[in-house]
Amino acid sequence: MMAEGTVTIKGTKDGLLVILNQDDWPTTLSNLKEHLVQMGTFFTGGKVMLQAGGRVLEAEELETVAGVFSTQGMTLTTVLSESAATRRAAHRLGFETERPKPQPPPRPAATMDNMVVRRTLRSGQSVHHPGSIVVIGDVNPGAEVVAGGDIIVWGHLRGVVHAGALGDNEAIVCALALAPTQLRIGNQIARPPEEEMETSQPETARVRDDQIVVEDWDR
Amino acid sequence: MPGRVITITSGKGGVGKTTATANLGVVLAQRGMRVAVVDADIGLRNLDVVMGLENRIIYDLVDAVEGHCRLEQALIRDKRLPELYLLPAAQTRDKSAVSEEQMCELCNDLREIVDFALVDSPAGIEQGYRNAVAPADEILVITTPEVSAVRDADRIIGLVEAEGKGPARLIINRLKPAMVQRGDMLDTQDVLDVLAVELVGVVPEDEKIIVSANQGRPAALLNGSLAGQAFHRIGGRLLGEVVPFVELKAPPSFLERLLDIFQATGGDL
Ligand SMILES: Nc1ncnc2c1ncn2[C@@H]1O[C@H](COP(=O)(O)OP(=O)(O)OP(=O)(O)O)[C@@H](O)[C@H]1O
Ligand SMILES: [Mg+2]
Repeated sequence: MMAEGTVTIKGTKDGLLVILNQDDWPTTLSNLKEHLVQMGTFFTGGKVMLQAGGRVLEAEELETVAGVFSTQGMTLTTVLSESAATRRAAHRLGFETERPKPQPPPRPAATMDNMVVRRTLRSGQSVHHPGSIVVIGDVNPGAEVVAGGDIIVWGHLRGVVHAGALGDNEAIVCALALAPTQLRIGNQIARPPEEEMETSQPETARVRDDQIVVEDWDR
Repeated sequence: MPGRVITITSGKGGVGKTTATANLGVVLAQRGMRVAVVDADIGLRNLDVVMGLENRIIYDLVDAVEGHCRLEQALIRDKRLPELYLLPAAQTRDKSAVSEEQMCELCNDLREIVDFALVDSPAGIEQGYRNAVAPADEILVITTPEVSAVRDADRIIGLVEAEGKGPARLIINRLKPAMVQRGDMLDTQDVLDVLAVELVGVVPEDEKIIVSANQGRPAALLNGSLAGQAFHRIGGRLLGEVVPFVELKAPPSFLERLLDIFQATGGDL
């Protein structure tokens, strides 16, 4: 989940769910842009469902939001709204429309489809998934794993990983041997100490007090 | 039985693809196999120089592909081993002169003529590399024990897997036992820890490789070349023999030799 407030962004198995909370329109738009830029290319090519809540959106406003998504390489496909007027406007613009779904649980990643990669990820290979990712194999130097949820490596983790990539600081990374080139959780970044300290026991990395800490598995 | 097409590739340049192709060609031909070494590094050919056959080139791979000559006419017979042939690359063309399909057709024809076609791939992961890998039955990835070369080898092994041509097998070249013993160089196990593929051989650093390349005489033809011996062991493994891995040791230092003598004499020098 990306920062509470004006805009909430969640990964779902069909793409992104973007929830616009009650706030004035210019603030909402600029917060949305900011969030999308922060997410980088994580969801490029992805589909977006916009949940506008009770807010009434004119066709013009819908077109503006759709434009914001498309500059980030995403496609707005569906508009969820309580307001019949908004749904009508969206329908005329060719979007799918629905009444809002019940709020998904607070940690979407945990309930979402997880992805299992049953091979070693080698240099130059990358895996992106909005849910959690399990790698049964190694993650080699030069490989990249980016997950909306947790990352579990049943093997040697030596590459770059980003758990909670949609802003979930509660995500964790664990590996049988944790020696990443770079490890990110939510908006925190950790680089391993310069001198090598290869441990051969499973470890978990998580965020505590705005810092990534590495702990033994059995703690 | 149709011949085997084995492509030798690396990702990183200058790690020993051409050296390995020439030497394995020699080794397999000495074992009575009929072998063609194919230079797929179009525009930057050097297999002919390393083999000492540069001055015999009349037609090349591109001529054969474009039908300017028959395949047999482009194959140059080695001066030392009658069952060893070189298919040289064109020097004046570039990689786009040949397509993947054309390389596959060419290698299909070669399979009819030889037991082994060893394809020397250009460095990189561009068209030239793809041309070399497309016809392959097997891939040998070569790396030196350096972090950057291993990284590129890993990339190639991943690409080869993705194309369904895997699993590639590995040759580690230019290992310096003395540096490994000092802890200044990755050892075989360090490399295998990352790459996790089957090892077909480790070739030590050997000055004779450079001398023999300059003379156009692959080191596998010489007696007493450590690298040449390593290529003989690799050749055996390619033929399916179980060849034990020998530990490559640094030559003993002066002090160690003194100590050895001292110990051999029971201490009363
Ligand atoms: N085991 C070795 N000991 C010493 N020198 C070596 C060894 N193997 C290769 N070399 C030297 O390293 C250099 C590069 O080798 P080679 O040309 O075989 O590499 P390559 O991978 O074919 O390069 P390119 O990517 O340019 O085609 C040559 O000068 C060669 O003589
Ligand atoms: Mg070469």
